[in-house]
Amino acid sequence: MDTWTFGWTVALIGMGGTMLVLWLLSLLILLLKRIFPYKSEESASPKR
Amino acid sequence: MESAILAGLNGLILGFSNFGWGQAVMILIGSLLLYLGIGKGFEPLLLLPIGFGAILVNIPLAGLMDQGGVLRFFYDTGVLTEIFPILIFIGIGAMTDFQPLLENPKIILLGAAGQFGIFLTLLLALALGFDKLEAVAIGIIGACDGPTSIYVSSKYAPHLLGAVSVAAYSYMSLVPIIQPPIMRLLTTEGEKKIVMGIVKQPVSKTTKILFPVVVTVAASLVAPFGTPLIGMVMLGNLMKECGVVERLKQASENEITNIVTLLLGLSIGATMEAEKFLRVETIIVLVLGLIAIGLDTAVGVLLGKLMCFLTGGKINPLIGAAGISAFPMSARVVQVEGQKYNKKSYLLMHAMSANAGGQIGSIIAAAVMLSVLKGMGMG
Repeated sequence: MDTWTFGWTVALIGMGGTMLVLWLLSLLILLLKRIFPYKSEESASPKR
Repeated sequence: MESAILAGLNGLILGFSNFGWGQAVMILIGSLLLYLGIGKGFEPLLLLPIGFGAILVNIPLAGLMDQGGVLRFFYDTGVLTEIFPILIFIGIGAMTDFQPLLENPKIILLGAAGQFGIFLTLLLALALGFDKLEAVAIGIIGACDGPTSIYVSSKYAPHLLGAVSVAAYSYMSLVPIIQPPIMRLLTTEGEKKIVMGIVKQPVSKTTKILFPVVVTVAASLVAPFGTPLIGMVMLGNLMKECGVVERLKQASENEITNIVTLLLGLSIGATMEAEKFLRVETIIVLVLGLIAIGLDTAVGVLLGKLMCFLTGGKINPLIGAAGISAFPMSARVVQVEGQKYNKKSYLLMHAMSANAGGQIGSIIAAAVMLSVLKGMGMG
């Protein structure tokens, strides 16, 4: 593989892949927050 | 008897007779690193052992990096095996609070843009004639993340480890000087003055505990060869958030990290022998490292401008500069810059979200790159 094919492949997949993974993580965070919202946890805590 | 005395005295002048200008220059460079660490407070935890290691390894005939030498032992045991940076990642995870990111997850994309300098610098390094793996090691300075830079460069171009590490740690501490001119240049007066609303979304403890597990599984499935990086950071963060292994968390962020930082710094300094370090390519690596962090900042701000446009002016593009991994320094730079143009603008919390995104982003970018290289049959 020549130098520039290597360089552009790593650069494009690298930038795209990083963006894709972080976008995926943002969706997963939103999902986690929806499934385990802050309020529900508070109400689930034992009452004194 | 006379000859024995002369031979004995000769042993005392061997150091001087083998002392060349190269070693003298390197001892000065080591001293400069000590000055930057001690006198200027630039990343002293790393620059002090690196500087001292550079001095030690340039003492003629001391043999610290020869087979059986003490610095060779540290280097072979911890750097060549990648154990030292991996252990430091656990400590970083244990020290990092991802709460700002969890409160405002959309900002994480700025953490991706803040890594583009890695890949753009890789292309620049290739254009300047570095071979493929050297270009990868140079580009990773753009992660603006010391352990990640060390991990990748020790894997692909160990002969550049000293230059890459010194560049990574020096420029991280120079973020308040490097970033502001680029931020000012790329934003309009109106954009700099944008006031962002308060985002306060409390996050449940369950979410905080599940976050490191979910990130590990999801990111490692996409970039499996970066699992050592992602996994160890997230292990440290899980220990922090779960609250039931306080001793392990304390050990990770204190004893383990401290010991490994010392040995890692010495090992990096030990790679700075005069004949290996005093080359034109070292200067080029240092310049490219600076460009990498400049490009990270520029692309981050440009994505910030795009997000500003798409949200109808609700996002101040300055926070894009905080998409790098230098936490929390970069977020503070954004806050200070924003305040210069609008006293009512409080960008710190938004910038902290971007900065936390940059911390994850740097690891993910390295993980993606490792996996792409593996997929291409390299490394």
